[in-house]
Amino acid sequence: MDDNVIEIPKFKPPNLSPRLIAAIIGAILVVVIVSSGVYQVEAEEEAVVLRFGSFVRTSGPGLHFKIPLIETVRTVPVQRQLKQEFGFRTVQANVRSRFSERKFGDESLMLTGDLNVAVVEWIVQYRVVDSFKYLFRVVNIEDTFRDMNEAVMRQIVGNRTVTEVLTVGRQAIESVVKEQLQELCDHYETGISVDQVVLQDVNPPDPVKPSWDEVNQAQQQKDRLINEAQTEYNTVIPRAEGEAKQLVLQAEGYATNRVNRSQGDAARFKAISDEFRKAPEVTRQRMYLETVEKILPQVGGKLFLDTEAEGVLPLLPLETINRITNAPRSNAVQGGGGGSK
Amino acid sequence: MKPKLIIAAIVLAALVFVALDGLYIVDETQQVIITQFGNPVGQAIAEPGLKFKLPFIQKSHFFEKRFMEWDGDPNQVPTRDKRFIWVDTYGRWRISDPLRYFQRLRDERAAQSRLDDILDGETRNAIARHDLVEVVRTSNRSAEDIQLDIEVGEDAAILEEIEKGRAAITAEILKVASQRVKEAELGIELLDLRFKRINYVEEVQKEVFERMIAERQRAAARFRSEGEGEAARIRGEKDRELQRIQSEAYRQAQEIQGKADAEATGIYAEAYNRSPSFYSFLKSLELYEKTADPSTVMIMTTDADFLKYLKRTNPR
Repeated sequence: MDDNVIEIPKFKPPNLSPRLIAAIIGAILVVVIVSSGVYQVEAEEEAVVLRFGSFVRTSGPGLHFKIPLIETVRTVPVQRQLKQEFGFRTVQANVRSRFSERKFGDESLMLTGDLNVAVVEWIVQYRVVDSFKYLFRVVNIEDTFRDMNEAVMRQIVGNRTVTEVLTVGRQAIESVVKEQLQELCDHYETGISVDQVVLQDVNPPDPVKPSWDEVNQAQQQKDRLINEAQTEYNTVIPRAEGEAKQLVLQAEGYATNRVNRSQGDAARFKAISDEFRKAPEVTRQRMYLETVEKILPQVGGKLFLDTEAEGVLPLLPLETINRITNAPRSNAVQGGGGGSK
Repeated sequence: MKPKLIIAAIVLAALVFVALDGLYIVDETQQVIITQFGNPVGQAIAEPGLKFKLPFIQKSHFFEKRFMEWDGDPNQVPTRDKRFIWVDTYGRWRISDPLRYFQRLRDERAAQSRLDDILDGETRNAIARHDLVEVVRTSNRSAEDIQLDIEVGEDAAILEEIEKGRAAITAEILKVASQRVKEAELGIELLDLRFKRINYVEEVQKEVFERMIAERQRAAARFRSEGEGEAARIRGEKDRELQRIQSEAYRQAQEIQGKADAEATGIYAEAYNRSPSFYSFLKSLELYEKTADPSTVMIMTTDADFLKYLKRTNPR
């Protein structure tokens, strides 16, 4: 506006009446003023219109008019999801984001309920839902919001053990923090709606980290030892069970064999003895002689002595007998009287 | 141009100028008090909009209407159990009575400094009266939390019982501090106070880290020992099972065999008992038959039954 006004004198034609100049200036002023009455609201924004500093209305995305000079407009990105990071900052958001953690250690270092220390990094995603409150109820809202975040997170983490914080408690912490942060936001009339609290890296402090790894290792070692023992058990026991069954089955086989044989033997004996009883004398003779008949051809050496010549026996060296019989090895059997009577 | 017209124009300009000085805009974020020659006039104006005051005679003073933040400096404070910690607090306040505020403090810097005095002092007092646990924790642990620890395989952390907890202590500080703020009649209302950060001072932190490491090592040792113990138990079980299985099988086998032997013995006895002498005869014959082989040398006398005819045709 000023530029236009200043540039006019440069182009000043020599023969121009003051009226015309006044008219031109007037026209420019009108254009400037009217155009200052037009404002545009982006898709993700909401505009708050103030008339002499007093809130009159809000307007959504699009082109709008306001009363020039009297009304002023402030925009708030109500549709955009805003994010705050704690304990780190995204230096370059990309497919491979780079993060800087160095300077923000104080934000993430916190005491747990068992008076240990954990490093908790988190982000909070939020939206502005009430642009009037967001603009006109709280001074320096972003700093306030960050402080609220830190206070709530520490209160929740401070109520849990370090183990819980580092392992199983993550989800519970996220949801409780979100809930309490929202309560605080409402209480402080910030006009903010908390969408999500997401824990990022949750670690033990650097000096303590190796000992946590050691615990993990020990846990795995424990599992390994147990597995090994279990394997040993599994290789030995089923096999032993099989072998035991084998032993029992073999015994059963033995038993069947033994009983059957005894029954067979008994039956045979009974049959023979029944027949025997019918003609004992002749049968005895027959059986005896039959046996002798079978034996004698098999026997390597035979020496029949008259009962009266019994005295020579001690004089006959066994070698002689062997020689006589040509048997390679001697197995002398002295058959006395056979039969039994 | 006529001098009259010029004079009129000057007067008009002066009037406009005067009128403009009388006009002022109160923003949504502001509240205003009007002073006349330094003396406050009327009530504070909190309604936003276009307002008018007497030009030049009255002066407008603008104050923040929104909630403001008080951010405390981190303080090194000992707790009742003699632990040194850094405590960082923040508070929330607003100008509730701009007139008082204007009279006592004039500007925000003075207000922040007064708040520093009161809040830092009260925080310090409260922390010094409580053990560290009370400041860190809010409530005692519930049974479910402890269950959670057990699931992870850790000892359920036995936490000291707390009496008040963080929330109650901050509420106490807030109560006392806001009372003091009120009594000081600063035109300020203190609405909230919270611990933003509590951390160990560096030397204490080192000790805590060492304690954590020792505690972790203890846990690691326990896991290892548990593994070894469990493995030994399984091995013992294995040995026991092995012995049981083998001995049971032996017992069964012996029983079965014994029973069969007994049965066989019974059967034999029953059969052979009919004619023991015949059994003896029969079995002997069988034995002879089995014993005889080519290496056998038989020396027999003519006494033998089958040789008797060798001696006499009609023996006895």
